[in-house]
Amino acid sequence: MKIREVTLSTTPTPEAIADLRLGDIVYLDGLIYTAREGVYMRALEDKANIPMELPSQSAANFHCSPAAVIREDGSFDLGAVTATASFRFAKWLPEWMAKTGARLIIGKGGMSSKDYKDYFVPNGAVYLSTVGYGTGALLGRGVETVEAVHWHEELGIAQAMWVIRARRMGPFIVASNLDGDCLFERENAKIVQNLDRVYEGTRPAVLKRYGETDDRSDEVIG
Amino acid sequence: MISIDLIQKTAETLMDKAAIEIPQDYLDGLRAAAATEDGDLSSFVLQAMLENYEAAKEDRRAMCGDTGVPRWFVKMGNDARIEGGPIALEAALRRATANATTGVPLRPNRVHPLWRTDHNNNVGIGAPEIEYGFEPEGEWIDLITVHKGGLFGTDYRMLFPSDGIQGIKRFYLDSLVAFGKRGLACQPAIIGIGLGGSKDTCMVLGKRASVLRTVGSRNSDPKIAAMEDEFKELGNSIGMGAMGFVGKNMVIDCNIEVGYCHTGGMQMSVHAFCLSSRRAVARIFPDGRVEHRTDPDWFTDYQRRETIDWEPAREAAE
Repeated sequence: MKIREVTLSTTPTPEAIADLRLGDIVYLDGLIYTAREGVYMRALEDKANIPMELPSQSAANFHCSPAAVIREDGSFDLGAVTATASFRFAKWLPEWMAKTGARLIIGKGGMSSKDYKDYFVPNGAVYLSTVGYGTGALLGRGVETVEAVHWHEELGIAQAMWVIRARRMGPFIVASNLDGDCLFERENAKIVQNLDRVYEGTRPAVLKRYGETDDRSDEVIG
Repeated sequence: MISIDLIQKTAETLMDKAAIEIPQDYLDGLRAAAATEDGDLSSFVLQAMLENYEAAKEDRRAMCGDTGVPRWFVKMGNDARIEGGPIALEAALRRATANATTGVPLRPNRVHPLWRTDHNNNVGIGAPEIEYGFEPEGEWIDLITVHKGGLFGTDYRMLFPSDGIQGIKRFYLDSLVAFGKRGLACQPAIIGIGLGGSKDTCMVLGKRASVLRTVGSRNSDPKIAAMEDEFKELGNSIGMGAMGFVGKNMVIDCNIEVGYCHTGGMQMSVHAFCLSSRRAVARIFPDGRVEHRTDPDWFTDYQRRETIDWEPAREAAE
């Protein structure tokens, strides 16, 4: 398979999203904001006003906390940027996407195909995975400026809402499409066919764990 | 006497090097993996990582945005004396951790487990961890910093003698497959396995096997060394590569460390030191010399000793 490279706006058209294929490599241009558990809880549970115009300014939600510092003069020093595992945020994402019109969810490890079919596809959204993990220095190079940091006093630097202007920021990998297919599950399905052979001769532990499974198509997420 | 200012200054340099510079042994291992990888996506990922290491060094920026949880391993020769004593030493390492967090910068990862309080400097209750080891001779102190990622790829299980080597293999494969899917373990990794000890020390052994030994090192027990080779190959035969994509490189190396355990048990832990295997080491001498390296050289014969007294030391005294 030849790997295809795509440049995408962070306020993408429906057509541009529909054109993406699993495994495409994506580079992003435009505003991206970080939001993870801290931002979701503050915006959705505490009902704080989101300090951006969404999705007109950005439809790209990055599950990320950068390696960054706010200097005493209020300016920013942002070094490396990588994602955190997204499956932990499934609890908040449907409401977040409905509220903000996010079309690109960027993170680590993707979500399940059930998540994609349930609320990504109806919202016209896809999942972009960071690469590695993680290519923090390469992604850091793609940050042209830090436009703002919201809620850092309430949430701390790691959980704050960082608004960054990306210029050819990447690489990212398309991990879901508008059919709700999941790149990682596609790969898992190929790998699981080999596992009986690899496990051959090994023995299950004499002391079981409560709730333990031997179904190797299972995943630890979800 | 070793100067406390020199300790702090060296510790700050180590924090910077660990976050930015991939250790040569891991880099060599990953290059070898990239040369053999034929999965199209996993091959792309490894090439991107190799470019990323270069970008980090060129820009002097952290190689990964998650800069892990900084911790310290301190080893002292038996004759080492530190200006201000151990209290001053710990203060210097905490200051260096905080200064480097804003200086590099690192991500301020450390928060209170319940209240999520973030001091924005990677310092707090029990953070950074500082662990100690000693060697029979020398006036030097070794400072080792490791910034391991903290969330996935590590597991513990109480096995028993009746589980045998096939039970060990099963838990090893379970850990790799479970956390390798979707690349949660950020593989290919240096896999550390701890066998024996107690539950807590088993975790310590496995963690140290992954972070304090280099790619290509082998346990001094030839039978354990053979297991390390076998387990590396076993992990790489799963058919899974970087990010959980189809591929053949999951394990850059497998290091096993053991400790004597309860006669009825066979504790086992598995740890994964990720694509950003952050470690840096320096030896500081009383005359002010500082020697930087990336091999912690932690597991000496003395650390793995089995006897009551340290035999070579006794012989030397006689």
